Amino acid sequence: MSVRHALLALLTEGPKIGLRLREEFEQQTGDVWPLNVGQVYTTLQRLERDGLIETNGDDVGQMKDFRITDEGRLEVDTWLHTPPSVIPPRDELVIKVLVALGVPGVDVPAVLQSHRRRLVELMQAYTALKEEAVNDMRVALVVDAELFRLDALIRWLDSADARVRASANAPRNDTSTEASVVTRRTIRVVT
Amino acid sequence: MQGIELEGVSKTYGADDSVVHALRDVSLTIAAGELVAIMGASGSGKSTLLTIAGSLEEPSSGKVTIHGSDVSAMSKNQRARLRRRSIGYVFQDLNLLAGLTAAENVALPLELDGLGLKQARRTAIAALERMGMAERADRFPDQLSGGERQRVAIARAVVGQRDVLLADEPTGALDSVNGEAVMRILRSACQDGVAGVVVTHDAQLASWAHRVIFLRDGRVVDQTVPSAGVDSLLSSDGRP
Repeated sequence: MSVRHALLALLTEGPKIGLRLREEFEQQTGDVWPLNVGQVYTTLQRLERDGLIETNGDDVGQMKDFRITDEGRLEVDTWLHTPPSVIPPRDELVIKVLVALGVPGVDVPAVLQSHRRRLVELMQAYTALKEEAVNDMRVALVVDAELFRLDALIRWLDSADARVRASANAPRNDTSTEASVVTRRTIRVVT
Repeated sequence: MQGIELEGVSKTYGADDSVVHALRDVSLTIAAGELVAIMGASGSGKSTLLTIAGSLEEPSSGKVTIHGSDVSAMSKNQRARLRRRSIGYVFQDLNLLAGLTAAENVALPLELDGLGLKQARRTAIAALERMGMAERADRFPDQLSGGERQRVAIARAVVGQRDVLLADEPTGALDSVNGEAVMRILRSACQDGVAGVVVTHDAQLASWAHRVIFLRDGRVVDQTVPSAGVDSLLSSDGRP
């Protein structure tokens, strides 16, 4: 989540003080991503240092008004049109499951199920948030983004479950060497 | 109790070497006012559980109780009456009759149960109105969109005084926004005192349920605990 660009975008509506920016950021993201005051002011200082926003030299403290510069407007426009990074982060869940496969005595389907249950519980909590805010499109958009992300993890767990089961039922044969090569390659990509 | 109760329910198909255990000693309770989702891989027993809970099929062993009545102790006619009066079904293929309008499809179970034509239609229209479908009441299924047909099927399932609502992949091939609308309707119907069960492999749909039960190889292996609430999402350790 780029707090820096989200705050900058809020300033395209006109000059604002830090506390108002924080309030509007939280409102616009459906109160799902809380922001602390320190984070807001640190980000604003950096934006000012980079020439993307400016203040009146006379203003002091929390009542200081921040204004976006032309360079800042250009930055917002570029950011809105730039796709997010496609390089996936290291996924702790994937690492845990891969490690579980190698630890003797671990019931891997039970490990997968405990993660699946927790993810579905999180999805229930997000869905409840959406249900409460029937006509709030911003909340729906933020919650949907989380739901699709969690759903993807659950689909991965389901697929891992099916693979583990197929592997347990499959007779060992000559392809095992080839399979381990593929696994090693996959692990290198993930980590 | 009000709702559905399964006690030690097992279901096997075939015999000897080719026996398949679809359900193994399943015990669960779905209270009136509660929507429960059943999740599991293909072949885990989800649909069998739904048909047994809906008295469309008998268990090989165990007991099913719907609103305090032991289903296995009922005659065929009593079970048919229970299905007509108390249980609403929504299946993936909807089963709407092509030669009947939306209103006629919804009124059909009421008429079969002996309600007069006019009153059945009035009740059907009211049910369609709750689904935002009153203006489409006189259209035939092939004149409706997928989402509209789904809403007609749900109106038919909840029309009258149903105690139990059973749905098997109820959003079919609908897009996510229409699927969400269907789940809102099902959840709202349950909050009015109906015991609801939704079978799905889709976690987004399941997340509309108050409780999610996980089946594996015909057994209940896990279930979600009631949500700690929205506040849990706002703390840093509430995030995955």
